Amino acid sequence: MKTVTANRLTDGRVIYRTATGQWTTELGEAARLDDDQADATLEIASDESRIAVGAYLIELEDDLPGGQKWRREGIRLAGPTTGSTHAQATV
Amino acid sequence: MYQYDSYDHAMVADRIAEFRDQVARRLDGRLTEDQFKPLRLMNGVYLQLHAYMLRVAIPYGTFNSTQMRTLAGIARDYDRGYGHFTTRTNIQYNWPALVDIPDILDRLAAVEMHAIQTSGNCIRNVTADPFAGAAADELEDGRPWAEIVRQWSSFHPEFTFLPRKFKIAVNGAKADRAGIRVHDIGLQIVRNEAGTTGFEVWVGGGQGRTPRLGQLIKPFLAPEDLLSYLTACLRVYNQHGRRDNLYKARIKILVEALGAEEYGRQVEDEWAVIREGELKLPAAEIARIRAFFDQPKAVEPTPVPVTGNRAFARWLDRNRRDHAVNGLSSVVISLKPIGGTPGDITDAQMDAVADLAERYGFDEIRATPDQNLILPHVRNGDLEAVWAGLVEAGLATANAGLATDIVACPGLDYCNLANARSIPIAQAISNLLEETGLSEKAGDVTIKIDGCINACGHHHVAHIGVLGVDKRGEEFYQITLGGAFGTDAAIGSIIGKGLAGEDVPAAIARLLETYLDIRADKERFIDTLRRVGPDAFKEAIYADA
Repeated sequence: MKTVTANRLTDGRVIYRTATGQWTTELGEAARLDDDQADATLEIASDESRIAVGAYLIELEDDLPGGQKWRREGIRLAGPTTGSTHAQATV
Repeated sequence: MYQYDSYDHAMVADRIAEFRDQVARRLDGRLTEDQFKPLRLMNGVYLQLHAYMLRVAIPYGTFNSTQMRTLAGIARDYDRGYGHFTTRTNIQYNWPALVDIPDILDRLAAVEMHAIQTSGNCIRNVTADPFAGAAADELEDGRPWAEIVRQWSSFHPEFTFLPRKFKIAVNGAKADRAGIRVHDIGLQIVRNEAGTTGFEVWVGGGQGRTPRLGQLIKPFLAPEDLLSYLTACLRVYNQHGRRDNLYKARIKILVEALGAEEYGRQVEDEWAVIREGELKLPAAEIARIRAFFDQPKAVEPTPVPVTGNRAFARWLDRNRRDHAVNGLSSVVISLKPIGGTPGDITDAQMDAVADLAERYGFDEIRATPDQNLILPHVRNGDLEAVWAGLVEAGLATANAGLATDIVACPGLDYCNLANARSIPIAQAISNLLEETGLSEKAGDVTIKIDGCINACGHHHVAHIGVLGVDKRGEEFYQITLGGAFGTDAAIGSIIGKGLAGEDVPAAIARLLETYLDIRADKERFIDTLRRVGPDAFKEAIYADA
């Protein structure tokens, strides 16, 4: 399965596109798309640049980022892996 | 320190107003992302993995307590309570919202700071020896020249759209602490036989995908000719640089293709046309800029304290440096706590450093290419108070120059360009070398880590370099040996196949144990490496791989 992700224009946060055409920060709420749906959805999402910057497709496996970019997308989803750094603080 | 004049203030204010309008137009849809991206980059605004990143310039790494408190306030009010110092002596914020950035820029402008030309294919933040104006081995303070170059290069209409970014460094000391041979142009202050100071001009150095050491094209350039000669250098590059290929667009590729001699000849031809024109620097203007960079006057010649406090003594041994003025010292504030993120500092720590600089440090702070801070001028009689203040702030790690003083780029934890993580590798190495005591035993060793070949973490010029690569979704790390940043600049050699991330710390520990076994008496790691060659360490690195 695939889904569409981007960064939110106003603050750059990681967002995903839902099945109803909204954008969410929760991967669990993102649309699950087969290959045929994925390209069409990306085309629509790419026209929503007042909300989302740089939309692209990512692969999902067991509802988590998969494929060769699993680590990069996992970090985008969960935040930096840097443990003791200050980045663990919440906003 | 240099202080803005009315022109500087107006220039920065105009740029912020312009950017505020550009942000508004992007938000309401009048600008597309394709139109907006080059505009935001020219103002230091990147879009990274999780958020926008704002890179703030600290010209030649010099700033004061008021500026540091402003940086702390921005971290507190617009970010997540911390900032990140980079190898280009800038500070980056990893989490600002685009809608807030014009207000952040207003705050910066109020204390004479900005983010202009921290990105884009222009002349970037000019760097200098971080101990400039303080170092005991200095011929002349390089910062007035860096400031002159900054003023000349800011918004320079001819050099705003170069083939690629362009980095200039100035070094005025005997030891090269600015890395002049790994810059597009490196300026080394020298004195000729007549006793006049001028510049050696080194061109075509750089790291990244094609690391090269700069070559000397001008053994002595008179100071008044600095800007005309730089203009000639940039003009030849601007005309012949490879705009058709991103990977071959830096000046190092042009200098290599033409040969340094031919490149230098073309520069001389261009220079002959413009040398006696408006770019000739008037002596009065040089003197005016120099006056901003006065060294502290003579102080009580108090010696460096002898102490029975082992922690203070250890910090003095590792983090204090001799000063040109009797009675003063420079101190390195390590931003490399054991297991921490190299270069990170909290807002409270920034405020603490500002307080110490104001009270004990002649109100001056430096950022270094090693991602540390320096108080360049501290009375020897105040060293213990400074150390105590740093202890209280959690900034008294006594590891400047040791193997735990690791440089690392943000890597895949933050950066859109990265292929692999850097910071967790740095943290794991730091923890292991401290636990085993190897950091202390091995003495002066540089370890620098990159998450991609762009080499923001300077792995090419580390004694031990670590480069993260991605192989079908898995992180691997190549080890390079023998690089050096300064006077004996060298590009490290790849030692063999990449290691899994979890194997890197132990491999480096075995490498350092091998060094301790084979070193001659008190021989530094880099000297042993040069004596025996990198192959002597190969078996140790791959012992368990």
